[in-house]
Amino acid sequence: MTPLWLAIIIAAVGCYLLKLAGVSLPESVLNHPNVQRVAQFLPIAMLSALVAVELFDGGGRYSLDWRILAGVAAGVIALLLRRGFLVVFLVAIGVTALLRLVT
Amino acid sequence: MEEPLPERGAILKAAIGIGLYAMAFGASFGAIAVGSGLTLAQTMALSLVMFTGASQFAFVGVAASGGSPFAAVPAGLLLGVRNAFYGVPISEILHPRGFARLWTAHFVIDETTAMAVSQGTPRARRFAFWATGLILFSLWQLGSLGGALIGSAVNPEEIGLDAAAPAVFLALLWPSLRRREARWVALAGAVIALALVPIAPPGIPVVAAAVAALVGGLLPDREAAQQIDEADHS
Repeated sequence: MTPLWLAIIIAAVGCYLLKLAGVSLPESVLNHPNVQRVAQFLPIAMLSALVAVELFDGGGRYSLDWRILAGVAAGVIALLLRRGFLVVFLVAIGVTALLRLVT
Repeated sequence: MEEPLPERGAILKAAIGIGLYAMAFGASFGAIAVGSGLTLAQTMALSLVMFTGASQFAFVGVAASGGSPFAAVPAGLLLGVRNAFYGVPISEILHPRGFARLWTAHFVIDETTAMAVSQGTPRARRFAFWATGLILFSLWQLGSLGGALIGSAVNPEEIGLDAAAPAVFLALLWPSLRRREARWVALAGAVIALALVPIAPPGIPVVAAAVAALVGGLLPDREAAQQIDEADHS
């Protein structure tokens, strides 16, 4: 088994066990206000970190492909116009692909 | 014979709508996953077994950044933590016992929880959970498979697919940014991750951003305190 397969199995089974813990743990553990606040903030901090890393990490050093940045900026405009997920996705890849084509 | 559920049609219609949206979301996941170097089987293993969108995207996002694939494990897990909290309302609705817990758990995700808790009667809540769960699961797999097949047929960079991951993460993050506290947590998470890019191994910057959530969550809840304060003075 390759390391990637092993990592996939560990992460996938781990995510399932988190769901199972939710329907099995006593309610008092998960209903604690501080625990709930940390859990609410977790996806926010990590998704934001993922955006930053996807945009500016060129393998352990800072780098930036302005065509990707332009695509994501176009996606932000779609979000500001209250477009759904699919439109944001298509606008971002479309703009990046177009800029690659013409530059 | 049980009486037919009056909300049945409306729930099914909403569940199919959510399912179609999930299929498009799944297709982008499939395309990004194979673009990041996963095989078709690996992509489908994530969709079938992990079955929670944000974690799947985070896993392939970090796995693609180079270094050890094990660095992607904590990123996927930390994004899956929220599903554990959905278990509280879902347990109250479904009361799963014994083996029922094992398969119920697999379907406890954002969409099924939102659909279940928004219904008016216990029967409608149970129906909404299972209708949304089963439809979404099927269409998510179909979407992932289609996206992975398209993604393997084309050059990901040529169709701008490398812009898809940051755009998808931003779209997932966007609705939470309405709250001021959440914007601070998001900013702190990004700053922590970026500061660590040149010094930490791949994957670690994203996981370290969890510190922002920990600090933000354990600090006194200023917005709630303010609301209580305002209520006292009115």
